[in-house]
Amino acid sequence: MRAPIDDKLVAKLKVGEEVLISGKIFAARDSAHKLFGKNPPFDPKGAILFYASPTPTPPGAIIGSIGPTTATRMDPFTPDLLKLGIKIMIGKGRRSESVKAAIRKYKAVYLVVPGGVAAALSKHIKKSTVIAYPQLGPEAVLELEVANFPAIVAIDSQGNDLFEQARSAR
Amino acid sequence: MREVPAKEITETVKDLCIEANTNLAEDVVAALNKSLAKEKSSVGRKILRQIIQNAQIARRDKLPLCQDTGLAVVFIELGQEVQIIGEALESAVHEGVRQGYEAGFLRKSVTEDPILRKNTGDNTPAILHVEIVPGAKIKIGFLAKGGGAENCSALRIFNPSTDREEIDNFILETVEAAGPNACPPIIVGVGIGGNFDTAAYLAKKALCRKVGAHNSGHAAQQWEKELLKKINLLGIGPMGLGGTTTALAVNIEKRPCHISSLPAAVNIDCHAHRFKETII
Ligand code: SF4
Repeated sequence: MRAPIDDKLVAKLKVGEEVLISGKIFAARDSAHKLFGKNPPFDPKGAILFYASPTPTPPGAIIGSIGPTTATRMDPFTPDLLKLGIKIMIGKGRRSESVKAAIRKYKAVYLVVPGGVAAALSKHIKKSTVIAYPQLGPEAVLELEVANFPAIVAIDSQGNDLFEQARSAR
Repeated sequence: MREVPAKEITETVKDLCIEANTNLAEDVVAALNKSLAKEKSSVGRKILRQIIQNAQIARRDKLPLCQDTGLAVVFIELGQEVQIIGEALESAVHEGVRQGYEAGFLRKSVTEDPILRKNTGDNTPAILHVEIVPGAKIKIGFLAKGGGAENCSALRIFNPSTDREEIDNFILETVEAAGPNACPPIIVGVGIGGNFDTAAYLAKKALCRKVGAHNSGHAAQQWEKELLKKINLLGIGPMGLGGTTTALAVNIEKRPCHISSLPAAVNIDCHAHRFKETII
């Protein structure tokens, strides 16, 4: 799949499904979320947001290692961003009930990627540009061009939660 | 007195920062492979394979295993017959971290002030633990501690009459609450005894033991094995998506404590367990 994401695609994504993402995604985490308010520094309509901040880019490389940070910490900011039109979030870990409610209300999807496999994931990044808040250093907002970036649907637009399903299956 | 230039400590710390972050230790890789052979969930096996493959790519391309290259925690066992020449020990360590994180293209993840949160830009200061020991050697251990797993740690002070089961339950609750957020399979460091700060220190120190190595005390060793079994029965699994591999190891360290208290601390590390040590 590829941004911009529409409601039709969102509705098709089902919990537990594996997806591959190509094209444009944005990377941001804690400090950037604090600065977003109602104005993220990119067009939120149909956007894909990745909770991540990479290691520094070695000479000649496109990017350093990059992988998801814990999405739970972004929960307080998420409903407002979904209201603005962000459709896909990528991270690791659980989400709160209020985020799940917002996911259902605004028709969005939460994807997870394993934490700690950032060297392997970096091979799917084709381009990386700082687009906002360079003063935040590693927490600056990035626009990334990705190819076949793998992820798993953890909460679908109906609010089905993969972590809860895994838990009740035990 | 054996004289050791402070520069040598800086160099060693610098190398350890890069080595730990890019080259997953053999004991961790072996434990991951062993878990892969036993894991019952197919998603779990898939994630374990991704983790093992990531370690191979990181080693081959000298890339950090994880984007969170951690807060630098340095453990020094300083032989009392050693005299450090030049800079102060602490500055030599910070300088090593500064140089290692710069030269290794590691992420700078330290804020100057916990409330104002401005990045220091060079991943210093490190957390430094020094123990003075007999002899003329310096042992330097380096642990890159990621935030995700660290945030899931806990400490509780129990009643001295508490039985082991209650402590087990506290440890299991902590692991359950951590769930997917600590990037399982995890390593569980448990510190029991001492006081408030010592229990936490012991829990962290326990993480530095090789995966698969047990406490030398027989009772503690049994306890580690039983706890590992119980944790893996929780079913959290790799990445929290279910499975039989939730922890790779449980390491317990104990200390004597006050007659009126029984502190217990749980410090969690993720599968990207970046610990390396060297003796100068
Ligand atoms: S918990 Fe460990 S593996 Fe997970 S993102 Fe943090 S440092 Fe990486």
